[in-house]
Amino acid sequence: MTGRGLVLPALLLAAWEAAHHLGLSDPRLLPPPSLVLARLGREAAEGGLWFHLGASLVRDLAGFAIGAAAGLLGGLLLGLWRGFDRLVGPSFHAWKQIAVFAWIPLISVWFGVGEAAKVVFVALAAFTPVVVNTHEGIRGIDRRHWEVARVLTLTPWQTLVRLVLPAALPSIFTGLHLALIYAWLATVGAEYFMTVGPGIGGMMTEGREHFHMDVVLLGVLILGVVGYALNHGAAAAEARLLHWRHR
Amino acid sequence: MPHPGTLSLDHVGKRYPVHGGELEVLRNVTLTVDPGEFVSVVGTSGCGKSTLLRLIIGLDGSYEGDIRLDGARIRGTSLERGIVFQEHRLFPWLTVEENVALGLLRSRLPEAEKRRSIAEHIALVGLAGFEKAYPAQLSGGMAQRVAIARALVNRPSILLLDEPFGALDALTRAALQTELQRIWQAEGITTILVTHDVAEAVYLGDRVVVMQPSPGRIRRVLPVPLPHPRDRADPRLADLERNVLDELAGLA
Repeated sequence: MTGRGLVLPALLLAAWEAAHHLGLSDPRLLPPPSLVLARLGREAAEGGLWFHLGASLVRDLAGFAIGAAAGLLGGLLLGLWRGFDRLVGPSFHAWKQIAVFAWIPLISVWFGVGEAAKVVFVALAAFTPVVVNTHEGIRGIDRRHWEVARVLTLTPWQTLVRLVLPAALPSIFTGLHLALIYAWLATVGAEYFMTVGPGIGGMMTEGREHFHMDVVLLGVLILGVVGYALNHGAAAAEARLLHWRHR
Repeated sequence: MPHPGTLSLDHVGKRYPVHGGELEVLRNVTLTVDPGEFVSVVGTSGCGKSTLLRLIIGLDGSYEGDIRLDGARIRGTSLERGIVFQEHRLFPWLTVEENVALGLLRSRLPEAEKRRSIAEHIALVGLAGFEKAYPAQLSGGMAQRVAIARALVNRPSILLLDEPFGALDALTRAALQTELQRIWQAEGITTILVTHDVAEAVYLGDRVVVMQPSPGRIRRVLPVPLPHPRDRADPRLADLERNVLDELAGLA
């Protein structure tokens, strides 16, 4: 986000700050940006912010890694093994329609109230988009390229490494990118809806309970910044690894 | 280096199941291609000439009759048989060098030999200096040269070409035809070229096989008794070209 894209947020922040100084808003309900920034400075200095942020990121990345790895495997099986697709495909496509939050009660019962349940939930959120996009990426491989692999008598492993994975990579990246976003949303969701613990969601829940709206707003700000950073990082990694497309 | 192969087709036929019946695309094709010979196959679209190549390369195993290379019946694809398709079919995520190397993935040659063969074949098709380029950076003609190098790198005993220059502009096509003649002479490889370009078929082939459609079968085989390398402006080529065109016109 550069240049003109920054104009609107800057104006909103200025209006928000001005509303406070003009006495138009109640700082207990809507603390101005200056107070939120002051809270940011305090939390960062005292270490509370890093503790919560670290807890959320570890949870997010652990769930993402598990979900994405399982999703990649599932997508490869669906894409490369016709029989598996016929057997499992229809059930999977029905199953993926269930909103991921519907699983929270079951996961809580099955995996307890600790960290494991939250990571499982995040993994589940990351799993689906990776399966769907990996599967689609493989199905979209040009038949003529498959023929080249056959003509050159490549082994299944060579075909996977030289043809299937690179050809499906743009689509797999789309899946991973979505998974990264979903995993972060799920991390916050898990922290809200499951047991309170360390994490940005937990910090916000605590802030709400103590009526510290500056803490809540700080949480919102951090969620946005982390989401933006993850999104940006994924796009940069994608551009780097798919350089052959842009020459 | 493997010797150039002898290809024999014996009463080859091919039918496709279609809705409510069968479509006969090839009937009774019998032809022997001698070691090192260059045979051109011409015909209108739908005469089954591309199907014939798919059978020889081994992409389609269900046919009638017998296809043998050096006496052994063809079973599936093999590194003994190389093919160049109408589209280059390079893998866009691999460089020129890596694409050519695909042809040696299943080879038992030592690494150093492989590297030498890859470099030699890139030079053979005139692309030395472009080893690290990606297909998207190449022109259509250059990409097709890479496809030729990929087909030849494992030194197959027969090279099949399926309308390899059909998608190129006229100037590039003429240049690549001359190149192909040089490469074929340098490698001494048995070659079958399928094309609908009569001038190309006559310019390159030792024999021209004229096919006719519905069902696809051989109408006539015309020898081109001129030594290689040939001069495109040779009036004898023009006469032969007319003969082939007359054969094709007789089908109408």
